[in-house]
Amino acid sequence: MTFKIISKKQLSENVFQMDVFAPLVASARKAGQFVIVSPNVDHGERIPLTIAGADPQKGTIRLIFQRVGKATAQMADLHAQDAMGYVAGPLGRPTHVEKFGTVVCVGGGIGNAPLLPIATAMKTAGNKLITILGARTKELVILEDDFRAISDELLVVTDDGSYGRKALVTEPLKEVCGRAARPDLAVVIGPTIMMKFCCDVTRQFQVPTQVSLNTIMVDGTGMCGGCRVEVAGKTKFVCVDGPEFDGHQVNFDAMMKRMNAYKALEQKAYEQYRSHTCRIGLNHK
Amino acid sequence: MTPDPQKLEELIKKHKEGQLKPKDRYEIPAQDMPAQDAVRRRQNMNEVAEGFTEFQARMEALRCLQCKNAPCVEGCPVRIRIRDFIAAIAEGDFAEALSIIKENSLLPAVCGRVCPQEVQCQEKCTVGKKFKDVNLSVSIGRLERFVADLGAKQGGEVPKVAPSTGKKVAIIGCGPGGIVVAADTRRAGHDVTIFEAFHKPGGVMVYGIPEFRLPKEIVRQEIEVLEKMGVKIVCNFIVGRTRTIRQLMEEDGFDAVYIGVGAGLPKFMDIPGEHLVGVYSANEYLTRANLMRAYDFGNGADTPIAVSKSVAVLGGGNVAMDAARMAVRLGAENVYLIYRRSEKEMPARIEEVHHAKEEGVQFRVLQNPTRILGDDKSNVIGIECLRYELGEPDESGRRRPVPIKGSEFTIDVDTVIVAIGNGANPLLQQTTPGLEFNKWGNIVVDDRCKTSLEGVYAGGDIVLGAATVILAMGQGRIAAAAMNEYLGTLKK
Ligand SMILES: Cc1cc2nc3c(=O)[nH]c(=O)nc-3n(C[C@H](O)[C@H](O)[C@H](O)COP(=O)(O)OP(=O)(O)OC[C@H]3O[C@@H](n4cnc5c(N)ncnc54)[C@H](O)[C@@H]3O)c2cc1C
Ligand SMILES: Cc1cc2nc3c(=O)[nH]c(=O)nc-3n(C[C@H](O)[C@H](O)[C@H](O)COP(=O)(O)OP(=O)(O)OC[C@H]3O[C@@H](n4cnc5c(N)ncnc54)[C@H](O)[C@@H]3O)c2cc1C
Ligand code: SF4
Ligand code: SF4
Ligand code: FES
Repeated sequence: MTFKIISKKQLSENVFQMDVFAPLVASARKAGQFVIVSPNVDHGERIPLTIAGADPQKGTIRLIFQRVGKATAQMADLHAQDAMGYVAGPLGRPTHVEKFGTVVCVGGGIGNAPLLPIATAMKTAGNKLITILGARTKELVILEDDFRAISDELLVVTDDGSYGRKALVTEPLKEVCGRAARPDLAVVIGPTIMMKFCCDVTRQFQVPTQVSLNTIMVDGTGMCGGCRVEVAGKTKFVCVDGPEFDGHQVNFDAMMKRMNAYKALEQKAYEQYRSHTCRIGLNHK
Repeated sequence: MTPDPQKLEELIKKHKEGQLKPKDRYEIPAQDMPAQDAVRRRQNMNEVAEGFTEFQARMEALRCLQCKNAPCVEGCPVRIRIRDFIAAIAEGDFAEALSIIKENSLLPAVCGRVCPQEVQCQEKCTVGKKFKDVNLSVSIGRLERFVADLGAKQGGEVPKVAPSTGKKVAIIGCGPGGIVVAADTRRAGHDVTIFEAFHKPGGVMVYGIPEFRLPKEIVRQEIEVLEKMGVKIVCNFIVGRTRTIRQLMEEDGFDAVYIGVGAGLPKFMDIPGEHLVGVYSANEYLTRANLMRAYDFGNGADTPIAVSKSVAVLGGGNVAMDAARMAVRLGAENVYLIYRRSEKEMPARIEEVHHAKEEGVQFRVLQNPTRILGDDKSNVIGIECLRYELGEPDESGRRRPVPIKGSEFTIDVDTVIVAIGNGANPLLQQTTPGLEFNKWGNIVVDDRCKTSLEGVYAGGDIVLGAATVILAMGQGRIAAAAMNEYLGTLKK
């Protein structure tokens, strides 16, 4: 099986979108699930990425990823017609989708990518959809048009005010939760710190909140325990019990610390990769 | 001991004439396995035990009394004709020895290395009984390894495959059990596909058992043979997620399925501090190190692993030994193995305990952790333990460890590896209605490895709980025979 990249698009300086040929995954996947991919078969790192969309007819899945380290940089250096090392999945439990009433979806940065299929499914199930998108700066706001097409209301904020309102996502979220018609559910996906603060807001208003956790993973099938988090005081494995959890029960502080475990080593691998590819001139854009 | 070819000639001559008496055989010294020096091997991933020379193999084979009732065979889960293959080695007919072994075991190079022989075949050996020391039994496993390695060097032959039956077999999981079922059902002429979740086939033999005990090259060669036989191996395919068992059977046309997904799901101790940075399950630690080659981090491999100074490994089984010895090789200065009972109760193989000690692993027995301590950045800085003493024997006959009140103390460590066993992976249970599981999540099978679903068989760790390579292979054999029979009755 070759997992050929059918198309590639750069959404912003460090965000890329790829449609990859993976027909079995494309037909089996549901909103909220992810795949484990690697840019090369032999000893590349296994990286989890949410399935941002799929076309079962064409047999493709859509991945949207941010270049943050070596493996994602290697992926970003691949082109249409190249093959991905492998794609395994779909993994994780699908999102529980039903008609709740009003659903507020909050996406932060690259979190918009995993949020899109969930928001779409919520809308299709007959919910009123309010979307809040946040990013550090204008050029990092991704998929705005896709969200606009499905949302009953769309709010965009940036940290630096370069686009939309100058605010953090928690501000409009607080307003939405404070409305007379309080939302029945919040879905929040973004950096861990953002999910933590959003949960603090929705907790005050007693709005049930789903988060999708992006812990470090190795196998993605329940074998290693590396993805474990503490939810309601119990150890859960994000890859088999999640990735979605009740945000009000997640121990975000412990999770954030675990995620920084390899920061120094990862930085080293990334720098080595960048300098190596530059030197041998493979770093064509 | 320096080899004395003349002595060997003499012994062989007497043996052939039927003149070699038990008394003479008892006098032949048990052959030592050459091993890499303990100081040097701390620095590399190469195999520790280097294997018998031909001289040693034949000397060792002459120690076998050729007992009429061959009690050793009883001790082998797959009933290898031990006496006969050893006789062939003594005669110098190594090819014959290998073909006798292969009647019952498909992976002799693997089993010869990783079988817990001292509680299986070698435990029953008359020679060991005579000396009242299992370590002085005939080294059956090492002899097995010797002929298997020799055979591999000469290029293994590809088993014959019967004409196509048009029946399709799906095998879930490419561990030792799955490999055996694939070979046996393929030989019967069925169209066989193995589905493996990981990106490399081999199961625990590639991601768990370290390179220094079982070189990955051996497993790779065995898998190559399967492919030459026409077995299809599909990696990155997670049954239950990519396709369900029902889809495989109802939509994809598979007539029979073997489930060999292994144990999975690591257990944690549920003590405070297990979420700290630097706490691993043994599965994660060994997978990073083995499968993802984290020891080569920066030299081609991209998966990181903690660079540790002091490591505490919790547990006393083979997995704990592997993790501890891996930590030594990854450069840790102090590796402590913390175990609740005494060394006598350790489930690990004696040889592994011995190797671990030689490599400098520090054994802390009759101690049990109560919590893991972290600094303000949540990095592990120590582990608090309680001392134990041995009390009355429990149901298993082992003396129960009892904590000594107020005996807490701490050890400074920056990494903790939890190696206290695995539970069953819930994935198939969640996605396969009608498949019967017991309360621990293991699949329920009959004595021919058939599950509650028609055409579906299972074996290995997912049935037995944590077991061994040879037990998984033994079940694979039984399941494959039952599957071949079942497929023979199917009209198509
Ligand atoms: C279920 C799940 C779904 C995900 N979906 C997406 C997605 O759709 N798009 C996307 O861009 N990313 C997604 N991620 C995160 C993605 O897996 C990581 O960004 C990626 O593994 C980083 O690999 P790297 O080798 O390039 O960087 P590394 O060198 O491994 O890491 C570089 C930096 O990223 C941080 N990091 C490492 N691993 C992760 C991680 N798993 N999550 C967050 N930060 C991490 C490190 O702390 C470090 O600061 C998802 C993660 C999970 C668990
Ligand atoms: C560190 C360690 C050391 C050990 N040392 C020894 C030893 O010295 N001697 C000994 O005899 N035994 C040892 N064992 C035990 C031995 O390895 C196992 O008992 C044996 O491998 C079990 O074989 P199995 O056929 O059940 O499958 P496994 O080897 O467990 O393989 C199962 C395979 O199935 C795959 N899989 C799981 N779920 C799915 C799915 N849903 N779809 C597709 N594929 C899936 C897995 O990725 C895996 O490759 C050790 C185990 C470990 C962990
Ligand atoms: S397979 Fe294992 S138990 Fe059987 S004879 Fe060989 S080493 Fe002994
Ligand atoms: S029991 Fe020991 S001595 Fe007897 S046949 Fe078996 S290996 Fe040889
Ligand atoms: S990623 Fe290994 S258990 Fe979840």
